[in-house]
Amino acid sequence: MHAVTNIQKYSIHDGDGIRTTVFFKGCHLRCWWCHNPETQRFEPELQVDTEKCTGCGRCEAACPADAISFSEDHKAEIDRDKCIVCGRCADVCVGNIRTLVGRDYTVKELVKICLQDQMFYEESHGGVTLSGGEVMAMDIDYILALVRALYREGIDVTIDTCGQAPYSHYEALLPYVHTWLYDVKVMDHEKHKKYIGMDNNVILDNLKGIAKAGARIYIRIPTVKEVNGDRESMAAIIDFLKANDIRPPQVNLLPYHSTGSHKYGKLGREYQAADLTTPTDEELESFVKQWNDAGFANVKIGG
Amino acid sequence: MEERGMNARIKALRKVSMETQPHIDLERAKIETEVYKKYEGKVSLPVLRAMVLKEYFSKKTLYLGEGELIVGEKGKDPQSSPTFPELTCHTIEDMHIMHNRSVVNYTVTDQDLKDQEELIIPYWKGKSMRDKLISSMTHEWRKCYRAGMFTEFMEQRGPGHTCGGKNVFTKGYADYKEEIQAAIDALDFMNDPEALQKKDELDAMLIDCDAVMTLGQRYQRLLKSEAARCEDAVRKAELEQMAANLDVVPAHKPQTYWQAIQLYWFTHLAVTTELNPWDAFSPGRLDQHLFPYYEKDVEDGILDDERALELLECLWIKFNNQPAPVKVGVTLKESGTYTDFANINTGGIKEDGTNGVNAVSYLILDCMDEMRLVQPNSNVQISKKTPHRFLKRACEISRKGWGQPAFYNTDEIVQELLNAGKTLEDARQGGSSGCVETGSWGNEAYILTGYLNIPKILQLTLYNGFDNQSGKQLGPETGYAWDFATYEELWDAFAKQLHHMVDVKVRGNNVIEKLYANYMPAPCLSIVTNDCISNGKDYNNGGSRYNTRYIQGVGIGTVTDCLSAIKYNVYDKKNFTMKELMTAMDENYVGHEDILNMVQNKTPKYGNDDDYADDIMQDVFTLYRDEVTGRPTMCGGQYHVDMLPTTCHIYFGEVIGATPNGRLARKPVSEGISPEKFADTNGPTAVIKSCAKMDHCSTGGTLLNQKFTPSAIAGDTGLENLASLIRSYFAMDGHHIQFNVFDKETLLEAQKHPDDYKDLIVRVAGYSDYFRNLDEELQNEIINRTAQSF
Repeated sequence: MHAVTNIQKYSIHDGDGIRTTVFFKGCHLRCWWCHNPETQRFEPELQVDTEKCTGCGRCEAACPADAISFSEDHKAEIDRDKCIVCGRCADVCVGNIRTLVGRDYTVKELVKICLQDQMFYEESHGGVTLSGGEVMAMDIDYILALVRALYREGIDVTIDTCGQAPYSHYEALLPYVHTWLYDVKVMDHEKHKKYIGMDNNVILDNLKGIAKAGARIYIRIPTVKEVNGDRESMAAIIDFLKANDIRPPQVNLLPYHSTGSHKYGKLGREYQAADLTTPTDEELESFVKQWNDAGFANVKIGG
Repeated sequence: MEERGMNARIKALRKVSMETQPHIDLERAKIETEVYKKYEGKVSLPVLRAMVLKEYFSKKTLYLGEGELIVGEKGKDPQSSPTFPELTCHTIEDMHIMHNRSVVNYTVTDQDLKDQEELIIPYWKGKSMRDKLISSMTHEWRKCYRAGMFTEFMEQRGPGHTCGGKNVFTKGYADYKEEIQAAIDALDFMNDPEALQKKDELDAMLIDCDAVMTLGQRYQRLLKSEAARCEDAVRKAELEQMAANLDVVPAHKPQTYWQAIQLYWFTHLAVTTELNPWDAFSPGRLDQHLFPYYEKDVEDGILDDERALELLECLWIKFNNQPAPVKVGVTLKESGTYTDFANINTGGIKEDGTNGVNAVSYLILDCMDEMRLVQPNSNVQISKKTPHRFLKRACEISRKGWGQPAFYNTDEIVQELLNAGKTLEDARQGGSSGCVETGSWGNEAYILTGYLNIPKILQLTLYNGFDNQSGKQLGPETGYAWDFATYEELWDAFAKQLHHMVDVKVRGNNVIEKLYANYMPAPCLSIVTNDCISNGKDYNNGGSRYNTRYIQGVGIGTVTDCLSAIKYNVYDKKNFTMKELMTAMDENYVGHEDILNMVQNKTPKYGNDDDYADDIMQDVFTLYRDEVTGRPTMCGGQYHVDMLPTTCHIYFGEVIGATPNGRLARKPVSEGISPEKFADTNGPTAVIKSCAKMDHCSTGGTLLNQKFTPSAIAGDTGLENLASLIRSYFAMDGHHIQFNVFDKETLLEAQKHPDDYKDLIVRVAGYSDYFRNLDEELQNEIINRTAQSF
């Protein structure tokens, strides 16, 4: 399992400098606010912007599984149970509103694409970021081969992870990874279960493990008012880091935003986080100060 | 309107400059007509030309603005645009058009109309260069010109595209006179068959020196009498100092920073009123030329940074006071702007190859930032040796989103100039003037001759040389594309059509070049350009040390995507036949949505770092470059290519039907070397990579536009990333890059017409996305957010 949903060049918010970010498909967590829901499931999916459908009927004719029909307002509708995700409808769609999400690349293909922007990485101290979904939940032999190949080319690799994967995966990659962007959401177990879909034991253990092994880690905290947008939640994370002697060179508070919500409809799913809210600018600033006061110097709002 | 300027004086001067409506000014034309009536046929042509300038500078209305520190206008006041009936004798209809058109209009008064009708037209009708030029062209040339295959730069304006070298700041006109006299004394009337022509030219230069000095003396007297009358002690002292400055310049080498700027401005006025050369005139390495004066004055305690900046701001206003000479017809379409493209390069390197950035360079950046004027068109030259601080400061200004400064690659420019045969020292003192065209400043006549419509040449190729827009056979009969069995056959036909069209263009150019050499010498420009004096030859007759002519290729992005669409869909994948594609094109793709979808969305495109398309771009570029480069000019120079459009890509698009890449009929073609509007979907690094696959060093300049939203390059990180993009592009030998940062209005337009903005990337939140891919609601949010961030 190592399908890719997107390769984003001139990626400037997923680590240092100018980067290419590879988004892998599949994640064990189900964060309510996930702004890349197309990367949650491991298997390929069809994303359709039905709003823009002109009802021309080409997709219906091309579908080998008879999964497409037309609603009264002449919009193509998919029966996702019948759909075999072959992508033929996307090929013929003249409105270009259908996208097959999830494509396999060989390591060689991916390395070639990632090397295209080497000049920019070298000038800006950037590199390649593997993200997702959850890159650490992919076929680790494949990821290891990819990371080693990039490492051999002298490219800084950053791994953007939620922490939910076997520790052996982390251990295997440690020697080749320049920086880890490690998500920490909330220390409270119940809240974590509610909003993220499972507890945080594995996540925190893995963090302790790679920190002890000397990894360079940026801690990233998606900040949502109802989940962790309060002094106590921040204090809990700070205490955890201190207790385990984790001293990240950078901490990013990532304010919650609902910009991924429009994607849920395109995937035939519902958006759970509609009622969640973003902390105010003042609150965010006060969290930064709280972190600074606790001895963490480089704390940023945003990626 | 927003008030800008470092103090009340500058704000007031800027306000006048910004708020005055451009208007035509017939004073020059009337004086010129008098001189021609009196002396034509009695004196040599160069001398006649010089007498026009001298008479104008002796009689013209002098303007002294409230609070001005630098004096002199081309016309009678700011935003005056003198006319040049010897080049274009405007008809009364032309004058109504220029007055009434909704864009780039110039006020014409009833008195102007009367003067034009009674004084100007009767003398110049049928005599202007425009008349001579059009009547000298072949039927074939006229047919192609009217169909929009190419444009002709010298049709309404004189050759130019030059910049001053060091001389312009270190020699006075009395010094030039000595040099010219020495050249006259050295003429060999025993053996040199051209000695007489040389004497005529050099005599004309002597008269022009007097012309400039006369203007200086007239201003000196005016300032003195104004000072005597002035009751404000501060202003009185200023006026006295300005008068004292004119005791030194323009006759002698300047002694101070202030005098150096005033000297330059007189030269600028002289060069741009002698004729109306394209792209005015520029001071070359202004920062390097001014620095010795700045340093000395600061040491002597007579100048501080505040005054130094104020004088620069005064100079900027002077540039902005001069609208481009009025254009009509096709020439207006290829350059539809008031901007006269006086282009100031800051930074770069010195003659010895060391870093050229100095304290004045930073003052110029401050001036540019503060003044925010479209004229002068300011840019920075970045070399490997340029300090990061300078690049970052330039990025900071560029990020504000009004397009300046543009960024030029010094190290690549040096390679271009060496490749074109300049010495290393002369190459290091070069750069871009006007738009992006390269020359060795103070040493070279490098003249743009017109734009070539490359996508239209491909259209001709498809239809056996026939133009279905004008309904005329414009090219040789090379067969219909539906009969070509292979892509190579198509390519061969395209090469033949291109060869033919470049022949037609160059044949016309050669005649025009000689017409200017014979009828329209520019002795004043020749004074300041090496080695016209020692050669005794005019700038327009090959007198300069180097002579280059450029043809500017337009639409490489469009033509690449067209060839890619054909190669990929017709020959490789066999998705449809050539006949089917051409039928779809003929019907502007209406009812052919499947084909349109394939060519628009499922075909490799230039600008995505995709070798399939980029290889085609390289083929087209190489074909075009080799077709043009090295052809001889009529005055001893060579042809080279430029890849720049000004506004010509819009005009060229208007004369082309739907193209194989899915571009609909009469839509603009791609500009510069930028990708087609809807083609690049992989972000700025991919665009830069694609563009860098072109061999820039073998051109005379290329132009690349990049678009950003403010938030995509926000904060210190954004600034560093912008600087890295530039350094990376330049490390790959890119010539030029400039940035557009989008504002709210543009985003609203993008929302209304998403297909025209397919490549617009916006920063959403934790990630960036294409604007067109966002929900309306989210778009609205971003539009509002963008508005706030300004």
